[in-house]
Amino acid sequence: MDLRLMDATATADEIAAVDVVLGPPESGWTGGVMTAADTRLAQGGYHAAAAQRHLLLPALLQVQSEIGWISEGAMNYVCVRLQVPPAEAHGVATFYALLSTTKRPDRVAHVCDDVGCRDRGGGAILEAFGDRDDVVPSPCLGQCDRAPAVFVQRAGESDVVLGNSEPMEVELVLGGGSAPPPPVTAPQVGDGSLRLLRRVGVVDPAGLDSYRSHGGYEALIQAIGMSPGEVIAEVKVSNIRGRGGAAFPMGIKWEGVAAAPESERYLICNADESEPGTFKDRVLMEGDPFALVESMTIAGYAVGATKGYIYVRSEYPVARQRLEGAIAAARDAGLLGSDVAGSGFAFDLEVRSGAGAYICGEETALMNSIEGYRGEPRNKPPFPTQVGLFGKPTVINNVETLMNVPDIIADGGAAFAALGTEQSTGTKLFCLAGDIAAPGVYEVPFGVTLGDVIELAGGVTGSGVLKAVLLGGAAGVFVGTEHLDMPLTLEDARSRNATLGSGVVMVYDDTTDFRAILRRVAEFFRDESCGQCVPCRVGTVRQEELLARHLGGESLDADLLAELAQVMGDASICGLGHTASGAIQSALQLGLVGD
Amino acid sequence: MAVLGAGGGTSSYEEIESTELIILWGSNPREAHPIFFHHLMKGVRNGAEMYTIDPRRTTSAQWADTWMGLNVGSDIVLANAVGREIIAQDLHNKEFISHSTSGFETYAARVQPYTLEYAREITGIPAEAIRQLAYDYATAKTAQLCWVLGITEHHNGTDNVLALIDLALLTGHVGRFGSGLVPIRGQNNVQGGGDMGGLPNKYPGYQDVEDPASRCKFEEAWGCELNPVDGRHISLMFDAMEEGTIRGLYVVGENPAQSEADADRIRKLLANLEFMVAQDIFLTKTAAMADVVFPAAVGWAESEGTATSSDRRVQRIRAALQPPGEAKHDHEIIAMLANAMGHDWGSPSAFEIWEELRSLSPMHYGMTYERLEELGGIQWPCPDLDHPGTPFLHSWLWEDTLPREPAPFKPVDYAPPIDPLSEDYPIRLTTGRRLDSYNTGVQSGGYQSPIRHGGVLDMAPADAARLSVGEGEVVRIASRRASIEAPVRFDSALRPGLAFMSVHHPDDADVNRLTIDAWDPQAGTAEFKATAIRVDKITV
Amino acid sequence: MNEVALNIDGVAASVPEGSTILEACRSVDKPQPTLCYLENLTPVNACRVCVVEVENNRLLVPSCSRPVEEGMVVNTDTERVRHSRKMVFEFVASSVQMDLVDEETREWMDYYGADPSRYGNPAASSLDRDSRHPGHHPIPDGSEAANVHQPIKVDNDLYVRDYSRCILCYKCVEACGEDAQNSFAIAVSGRGFDARISTEFDTPLTNSACVFCGNCIGVCPTGALMFRSEYEMRKAEIWDEDEQSVTRTICSYCAVGCNLDLHVQDNRIVKVTSPIDHSITDGHLCIKGRFGYEYVQDLGEMASTPIDIVLARARTT
Repeated sequence: MDLRLMDATATADEIAAVDVVLGPPESGWTGGVMTAADTRLAQGGYHAAAAQRHLLLPALLQVQSEIGWISEGAMNYVCVRLQVPPAEAHGVATFYALLSTTKRPDRVAHVCDDVGCRDRGGGAILEAFGDRDDVVPSPCLGQCDRAPAVFVQRAGESDVVLGNSEPMEVELVLGGGSAPPPPVTAPQVGDGSLRLLRRVGVVDPAGLDSYRSHGGYEALIQAIGMSPGEVIAEVKVSNIRGRGGAAFPMGIKWEGVAAAPESERYLICNADESEPGTFKDRVLMEGDPFALVESMTIAGYAVGATKGYIYVRSEYPVARQRLEGAIAAARDAGLLGSDVAGSGFAFDLEVRSGAGAYICGEETALMNSIEGYRGEPRNKPPFPTQVGLFGKPTVINNVETLMNVPDIIADGGAAFAALGTEQSTGTKLFCLAGDIAAPGVYEVPFGVTLGDVIELAGGVTGSGVLKAVLLGGAAGVFVGTEHLDMPLTLEDARSRNATLGSGVVMVYDDTTDFRAILRRVAEFFRDESCGQCVPCRVGTVRQEELLARHLGGESLDADLLAELAQVMGDASICGLGHTASGAIQSALQLGLVGD
Repeated sequence: MAVLGAGGGTSSYEEIESTELIILWGSNPREAHPIFFHHLMKGVRNGAEMYTIDPRRTTSAQWADTWMGLNVGSDIVLANAVGREIIAQDLHNKEFISHSTSGFETYAARVQPYTLEYAREITGIPAEAIRQLAYDYATAKTAQLCWVLGITEHHNGTDNVLALIDLALLTGHVGRFGSGLVPIRGQNNVQGGGDMGGLPNKYPGYQDVEDPASRCKFEEAWGCELNPVDGRHISLMFDAMEEGTIRGLYVVGENPAQSEADADRIRKLLANLEFMVAQDIFLTKTAAMADVVFPAAVGWAESEGTATSSDRRVQRIRAALQPPGEAKHDHEIIAMLANAMGHDWGSPSAFEIWEELRSLSPMHYGMTYERLEELGGIQWPCPDLDHPGTPFLHSWLWEDTLPREPAPFKPVDYAPPIDPLSEDYPIRLTTGRRLDSYNTGVQSGGYQSPIRHGGVLDMAPADAARLSVGEGEVVRIASRRASIEAPVRFDSALRPGLAFMSVHHPDDADVNRLTIDAWDPQAGTAEFKATAIRVDKITV
Repeated sequence: MNEVALNIDGVAASVPEGSTILEACRSVDKPQPTLCYLENLTPVNACRVCVVEVENNRLLVPSCSRPVEEGMVVNTDTERVRHSRKMVFEFVASSVQMDLVDEETREWMDYYGADPSRYGNPAASSLDRDSRHPGHHPIPDGSEAANVHQPIKVDNDLYVRDYSRCILCYKCVEACGEDAQNSFAIAVSGRGFDARISTEFDTPLTNSACVFCGNCIGVCPTGALMFRSEYEMRKAEIWDEDEQSVTRTICSYCAVGCNLDLHVQDNRIVKVTSPIDHSITDGHLCIKGRFGYEYVQDLGEMASTPIDIVLARARTT
């Protein structure tokens, strides 16, 4: 490609960072030293550039991680290596909150002030640091069970997460100190009825043998003894629905991809868990990473994919590291690679990092992100099962959904279907946080009531009087005490105009300032809108402005808010826009705000 | 393309959008034919593999899957080696060859000496890459072989073209949708000029001057006697001026004082003419030397008429502006001149002239102004009023019964550039175009281009370093004919020993004083692409 | 090709398989408003002003890109559709200067009763739009309506970029990139409301990959991208489209045969476009076809008409 590069040149450190991801340059035309042979023959061009475009984000992330920001010189080097036009690379880099194209401090603390952490110390930390350029507010970090959470990017070192943090600890880490990763917690540890969580806190997340001694990989061995069609049949019998929010039947999705005419197919695990209030997938990945690897191997076998990606949000460094360890160990043990467990089936996994963008949890935005483009959602149809990653048929499921697969195979689909209710089969993880005695991830069969789950987590703290629950996350809705008797199932939620979403149960007592919470929700969607479609790009701005006016003392223009909600819900491209006003509208209906 | 019986590119632009293999050979459409490149890119995005064969890794070449940086003027060696390799790998299209071509045995024998090893030595391209090109071209279902002046501006340009046509005959990559030979014409309406008989050996519609039947037809239509002998092409004209057999010249819309190779010689010959008339929209360097200048209107913006594009498409041009002052349409001037010389031509309109053309040139007969308008242009041949035009040529090669003689292979041999490299002139200078400019710059110089480089010498950074020359430094550039000065620009797309200058800025850097006027005996085109130069630092 | 039958607002329509709903609507003389759609570009369906209601679809669907299906029942003028279109127009017009959009768009805005003023007073022009960091925005107090107003960018002799008029329809990016020019000089940068069309690091066009083909201007629906000639003439208040003729001819440079539409005012070419429905150019040109006309009307010593004088004076180099 006839790139016009920038004049800036990369430093040796920047080049080294990029080469970690890309290896040394292959020719003088792509960043190496020009040889006599190069002046006679060059191979590359459009197709070669297209084939490696997917390495753009990993290369930019590596520069960010090693150097602390992405200079023009570093970006230039990435561009010549990957033959990406600089304007496009810049467009990608400036899409992600955790990439910086301007110089900034080597360590930057992202302090959660979202719906969970804001009133639990997050706001106070931010206030303590004032206008410092190395302490910035952050959307939910997926650590609501140990609020307030802080995520620290550290140039040249791995990023760290601080839980139950305080200003002094933040100061310490910003000053060069380190902090051990917080332990993985699941309040129900030891409960014999657990399925998804039964190994969390029990097995060694770094030990394949430990995993195997707790039943790991038995399901895979069983699955490869079956035909792919038989595996899919069991999944269909289980009637399991996706746990990511859309609740699509997993078996149907798998069947669609397995039946696709193209032989090149992909499997993606959506581990970009960014819905405010959600942290269940993190707990699974940190506590039982081999189970996800095994689950995906079975899924790959069933649908005929040879490559799977796990797209993990950047704010989960521990999960990423444990998954990478698990993948390497599985590969070494012949459980991944060209001949999985001696079956002749070839399958491998790769972890990809997000870079700070809620929208990349939307499945098609996630695919664009992996492919090296801005994380803008695609219009559907076509659906990923037809035209997915790299334009090929793709199964994309979230972590919790996939982790059910081994048990479905081991126990049979019918046994799984017997759990929960007829329409909502199996167990479900709920993320209890907020004004609750024992925050954490809880596993219960579908059908347990909202009140039961809150009791399971020790009941309401704060004033002790429940005012509302944010169900399903920022993209979900507020429900009041009249719904404590709601059985937590897909069908009951739907019949009450609510949603289980990603399993968020964020509890608020009756002293909560909901105007501030709503405003934070509005701010969140305004920040996280990708900007592609008009209803969401401008609607989220206008929504925040209307709430700001109200916070400033004006009466709330509920009619106009409802008009905004309607167009965002009707005409946006993706789920972000569709749900960006749901929580706010429900709060208005509940009378949590307003005149 | 005379081998196949027509003087035009075989394919439509749209074919390159769905072909399997694209070869750009001596062609840089990214800069010289940007909108053709848009079509090409659609093909690449649709999955076409692309080769570019060019001494420079041009902006076009940077899009190619494979770029081959051959030595200037070694094209025949490469083409013959590819041909030999296709035969050696038994990948030639035997059915097509036996049915639609003649002379294969001779061709096969002639290319025998062009081994991969020999080709590597002469062209500089690795043998394995040549083998791969042969394989890919022979096995592609469809392939477009495109060339431009990088093939034709050599002393043996016609032979270069024949070598490429032979490859198409060897593989059957001609006469089918998606497979063709695509010489993108260098200048606006150069195709139309030839179509209209602006060639020394042709009447309009490619009817031969030396064919009595054709001549009769035109004599009858025009009511006069016509010279039965072919005329001279431009290079022969200059030779005739040198001999004194041409003493007067009528130059219409050309600037030979700057555009021809070995410009010092050309200017001398023009200056020695007894009488020269220039008809132009500018007072060009050539017009300035003329005895009489006819101010002409701008064809495409101030006059009515037609233009024919590279895919043989005839389209209407229309007047949008009133010409300034006394400027008149070209056809008006010519008619007035004829009238003044005692022939009553009246003052025919562009439309009337077109109607006469249609009546005499069968390939244009179906192209009424009305139909041209309605169809957005028509590709010749278009022999009748219902004919849709011809998107690609030579489908006859694939007919069960050939309507004419099979297409002959025309084996050719390598002849190196006339201007050899030596110790005194060690650098190979090649010339060409840049995106924002055109020819000698008389038109394109009129607007402010933010991407213009001006008259500079592009050099490999290593060569410049050897001479201790910095970017922007003015150097002396000498060939065996003359020397000029120009600033240096570094271009890492050039290998050491290769330099490039555009032809666009003769007032700043008079590159054609350096070039050699060795010309192709059949086409008359000079060897603009291969000049031996030396570059010297100017010491003060 | 197979025909697909569908119903649009109660009217039977039949279009070739693979057609879009928009094409089907046009086939039965039911034009729909569009902003980001253009026949020679890949639909990005980002503006959402062309949305329609399709039976059995929970959401409104963009007519510009959704292929028709046999038996589809489409409604283009329901309350839901009208509401979405009105809101999209209000959103766009309350955040972007829209005074140069075409008459048709203005008529649609009137038709849907779009009232951009109800979001509050427009915010002042901002200087930092090119450097906003994704995920962080100044928290508004609601006293004014945020917009994209910003200073105009003039960094060369051929174009100006006035991003206060940019509705982020992606057309320029597509024309500069894979739909035509393949230069990729501009891309969408930033995120959300701070998303913007930008060169790398907001470098001037003259330092970017721009080759000044003008294809971005050719597709811009709002006048955000403008030929310098038009910009200067508008500034001097001598731009007068009623006085302009448009004549189609063929480019005088290389031999590809590109169709040019010469826009002429007072015997001066003031703008060059290309028909988007011609198979040679698909509406796109190169720098020579787009700007190389100037020799016909020298702005040097021969500059004589008011147009010449305005344009000659505006030259920066």
